[in-house]
Amino acid sequence: MHHTMFLRPWFRALLPCVLVASVGTATAAVQTSAAAPDFTLRSVGGANLRLGEQRGQVVLVNFWATWCGPCRQEMPHLNRLYDKYRSSGFVLLGVNIDDDPRAAADLAAKLGLRFPVLLDTDKQVSRVYDMSAMPATLLIDRDGRVRHIHRGYRDGVERTYEEQVRGLLKE
Amino acid sequence: MNTPVAASPLPLEGAPPADRRSRIRGGRLVIAWLVATMLSACAAPEPWVKPYERERLADPIMRLNRDALSAKHSEHVRDISEAARGATGVQGGGCGCK
Amino acid sequence: MAASERIGRWLAALASLIGGVFGAAFATVAARAATLPENRAEAMVHVYDGGGVTASGPAVLVRKSLADKVSLTGSYYLDAVSNASIDVVTTASPYNERRNEFGLAVDYAVRDSLLTLAVGASSEPDYDTRSVSLDIAQETFGGMTSVSLGFTRATDEVGKTGDPGFHDQATHWQYRVGVTQILTPKWLASVNLEAMSDSGYLGNVYRVARVFGAAVPEQVPRTRSSRAVKFRAVGDLGQRDAMHAEYRYFWDNWDIKAHTVEAGYSRYLGQSLLADGFIRYYTQSAALFYSDNAQTETTYVSRNRQLSDFDNVVVGGKLSYDWKKQPGQYDLKAHAAVELLNVKYHNFTDIRDGSLYSLRAAVLQLYLTATY
Repeated sequence: MHHTMFLRPWFRALLPCVLVASVGTATAAVQTSAAAPDFTLRSVGGANLRLGEQRGQVVLVNFWATWCGPCRQEMPHLNRLYDKYRSSGFVLLGVNIDDDPRAAADLAAKLGLRFPVLLDTDKQVSRVYDMSAMPATLLIDRDGRVRHIHRGYRDGVERTYEEQVRGLLKE
Repeated sequence: MNTPVAASPLPLEGAPPADRRSRIRGGRLVIAWLVATMLSACAAPEPWVKPYERERLADPIMRLNRDALSAKHSEHVRDISEAARGATGVQGGGCGCK
Repeated sequence: MAASERIGRWLAALASLIGGVFGAAFATVAARAATLPENRAEAMVHVYDGGGVTASGPAVLVRKSLADKVSLTGSYYLDAVSNASIDVVTTASPYNERRNEFGLAVDYAVRDSLLTLAVGASSEPDYDTRSVSLDIAQETFGGMTSVSLGFTRATDEVGKTGDPGFHDQATHWQYRVGVTQILTPKWLASVNLEAMSDSGYLGNVYRVARVFGAAVPEQVPRTRSSRAVKFRAVGDLGQRDAMHAEYRYFWDNWDIKAHTVEAGYSRYLGQSLLADGFIRYYTQSAALFYSDNAQTETTYVSRNRQLSDFDNVVVGGKLSYDWKKQPGQYDLKAHAAVELLNVKYHNFTDIRDGSLYSLRAAVLQLYLTATY
């Protein structure tokens, strides 16, 4: 019968493969305590911005897209975080990965983003960082080392960001 | 008269000859190696469409039931006219956003 | 083996699969989370007109997420039916009635899974249904594959207008499983399976069958076991447009076999319009005990045209207009959808003139949707 397919030996043999595959791969090109790969991207304002030049400051890099709901939800919190700590040596870089840079510029303007929005239209930086979720947030210390990686956005995680930023600023 | 049967290095009656046994052992090893390779290959496939490549898939026009009430009504009209039901499905595999 | 036993074994196997997938999900290193459905409000006016039946009414739906953990959905649907269909006019007199339907659903996101618990109640003067469903959607393989499992149980209370002494019941079980797979950055494919089991009173208290030309009350089996499998592919075509194609095969133990093929196209027009079109072809073969005019005496006999041999061609289109938008705040859209149905029966006749019956119907939906 059709339903007993699920009890057949070949199905049971395939189960481990499905389960193993479903665990997913948490391998990222970027690991904590490793140096953050350097990049230079054009910002929405037109100027180029290089990650390496931010050394000496605490950097939060956030990968986002206009088509990603949780990314949009996170934006106001990142704005507030930037306003609060920018004068203490904190830089927030929003790396947008939309195919259409105008959509990114439009949404950034409408949401009133005050931090630099960089355009990774050809996804080169995304490939190097190989984040396995959207949005993805990395916290980089003053020596250019990745210290914290956050994959995805859940309500309340901005409090963790704030704690970690304060921790890195104190070092 | 009972002849005691001692443990003997010689093959027992009916057992395959030594060279065939080693071939069977070798064959089993190959099969075990193949299965191990396949299982590790099974674990290896990386998601080949990265989250940052899923822009088109996140578009509402790729969704199965964009508007819940409209889909429900159309399905209701079909349910009362046709004998077939079911497997309408709920779509997943969205933008990879979390 | 009884149908329910078989389905029980099927479900046990599925449960062990969910358990395995859940276990693997909890073992994941990355702190992933499934997203709750977006906040949404919909208000619709729907109209169906065809074959002597008109049914219209409003429908509303509101969905709100609470604390980013749980999402609640409430819906109400009203059908005011004016029934003068071929069955009704040839055996009785046209009638009007109203059907109310309420639904409440809770979505809960935990790690990579989205759990949905839904309850529904529908009532008409002579027919009440209560249902409960549980659905689980699980993202696996880096979000490339989505596995969903679902279960619904519904109970009907069947009455008969004008006969307060008549009362019967029907129970329905549905088990579903689906897999959606991202194939390329532009293409998705999915497979859905559903097994349905019905028992109790499955006929219609007002319908009559015809045996040797005489009207007799219909006799319908008190159990029914059905299966359906659907294959679907959706793809982005690169010009701000997309297409979808699907095929469903249905079979059951009343000997009905049905095929459904649908193809559709969607396209963005300008900055504020979205247009959709589809064509759907449906064909089914008659139930074993169906007969337009039975020439033998059988245990079961029915003249329900829904169980006959027929084809249905549906052509539909929809236009959506982006009315007001405030990014990050709300998004209001207006929609109009039309479907034209053309049903041709192969072994159901209009007893007034003996010709094969066919009907044309139109469906209109006008609605507003808002995400907030």
